[in-house]
Amino acid sequence: MKTAYSNKLLDILREIRPGNDFAKSQDFVSDGLLDSFDIITLVAKLESCFGISIDGKDVRAENFKNLKTLKKFVLYYVPLHKG
Amino acid sequence: MRNSAVTFLFETVRKHPRKVFLSGNKDDLRFDQFFFKAFLLAEILHKDSGINRPILTYLPKTASALVAFAAILMSGNYYVPLDIKSPKKRLKQIIKQFDHYKIVSGKEFLNDLRELSVSNHKVICVEDSELSEPYARPSLDAMIEKTQLITNQIIDLDPCYIMYTSGSTGIPKGVVIPHRGVIDYIEWAISLLGVDENEIIGNQAPFLFDNSTLDIYLSWATGAKLCLIPEETFLFPVDIIRFLEEHKVTFVFFVPSVLVNISKLKLLSPGSLSSLSKIVFAGEPIPSKHLAYWQENLPGRTFINLYGPTEITVDCTYFIVDRIYLPHETLPIGLPRLNSGILILNEQGIPVSSGEKGELCVRGSSLALGYWKDNEKTRQAFIQNPVQNNFRDLIYHTGDICYKNQKKEIIFVGRKDTQIKHRGYRIELGEIETATKALQDIDDCCAFYNEENQEIYLFYEGKIELSPTEFRTLLSEQLPEYMIPRKFMRVDFLPRTPNGKIDRAALIKEL
Repeated sequence: MKTAYSNKLLDILREIRPGNDFAKSQDFVSDGLLDSFDIITLVAKLESCFGISIDGKDVRAENFKNLKTLKKFVLYYVPLHKG
Repeated sequence: MRNSAVTFLFETVRKHPRKVFLSGNKDDLRFDQFFFKAFLLAEILHKDSGINRPILTYLPKTASALVAFAAILMSGNYYVPLDIKSPKKRLKQIIKQFDHYKIVSGKEFLNDLRELSVSNHKVICVEDSELSEPYARPSLDAMIEKTQLITNQIIDLDPCYIMYTSGSTGIPKGVVIPHRGVIDYIEWAISLLGVDENEIIGNQAPFLFDNSTLDIYLSWATGAKLCLIPEETFLFPVDIIRFLEEHKVTFVFFVPSVLVNISKLKLLSPGSLSSLSKIVFAGEPIPSKHLAYWQENLPGRTFINLYGPTEITVDCTYFIVDRIYLPHETLPIGLPRLNSGILILNEQGIPVSSGEKGELCVRGSSLALGYWKDNEKTRQAFIQNPVQNNFRDLIYHTGDICYKNQKKEIIFVGRKDTQIKHRGYRIELGEIETATKALQDIDDCCAFYNEENQEIYLFYEGKIELSPTEFRTLLSEQLPEYMIPRKFMRVDFLPRTPNGKIDRAALIKEL
């Protein structure tokens, strides 16, 4: 289940920035893989793809740091019975 | 009658010496402390440069940059801010345009500058002026008097700064703005916006974009406090809200993209940003629904739309938002600002009637002196007013197509050419195309802007297909990050007109 989430997230990230190596990166922003506009686009895509509603205040650096933190962030929002 | 824009600062330093000028993440800097730093640096610059010379700056957006700007003006010269994030190739193109120059920078940038072929003897480090601090600080009056001996030699038609903008042939253009333009603009802005020393300004605009002129000179002219919002704050919009609330910011001049991002994340609630009373924006059209979000969550605040190309000193029209605008309605760019002459002319150079579209042209003291070392482009852009030929009457034609509605409010429709606004940045698609065509495997190309998605697309004919990553790596050697296309599409052939030029209209139709 968790791998499926990782793969889905990578698909979404690559849709936004094709060609960037999100799987390996430990820090998307420092590595220049995402900018402020990408983050807004990413939030919209996460919401529509996972059927969740993200609180804008949770759109913070530590949640969008890398694939691991992003997965944790999304799983926090996905209702338990879906998990 | 002011002769130099820096005289605003002299008056404020006299009136409010111990007031805080700059407040941010580091220690506060008072006006008298700021002035003293600038005075010391100005002494060095004046000795080195004489007067009325361009002095470049290579500094990040910090107090040092502002010290540099003030010092350069106080030495009787004009400043040329360089973007430390710009690729070296692009910076070299700009630096090459100056025969004899000095650069004000910091010790941490000496290596960068060497890579730009700037030898050490051309560099004056801000730290150097700090070392030469004399043991007995002259009185404020003495410092101002000594400075005025130099600045009194400047006239209002002398340059105040040069700001570089995207050039369609690939070479950036330096817009030379005179003191007169800045003085004219700021005097109007103070009156319209009702700014005084109690204002707390939250600056977003980088110093190499002229939106920052409003923030800096409003502060110098009124004694308002200036808070420089660090760039990384804009990555996660919740941080912008936190910064503005922490610093009790009362006034912002943001590009619409910032307001839109905050709206998209729904970060406002009726209690938010209680100190913020003036929200001014310019640089690109703002979607009505996002402006409405701000208006609904921050009732009773003033929202103002400003418009203008760099060539007319920041802005030439303004619109105080009077109501909620529906999604299908375009927010006007409004009315001419005081002392700005606005004409909307048709292809024959005749003023249009109400409701008719034409090109917006500007007359007045706000006009730039021209493009640095480019008489050809200057002559093309700044022409004799076609309306009369009895005396010299210069207009700048903007390339923006507009019309006046029944209320005489000006509405922006679109561009005459291939210049775009992307996230508030002015970009000539030609500059992107020139950089792409310079790549080895590209035969020809055409850049296109998808306004809805706010993405730049690049279509190309080439021997091989390059991946987006390869494109980005190669193009970032020539173009700043915000100019790099988002999507790349290789085509067998680009549609052409009978005379062989790329047919953009046909390409757009095909999409």
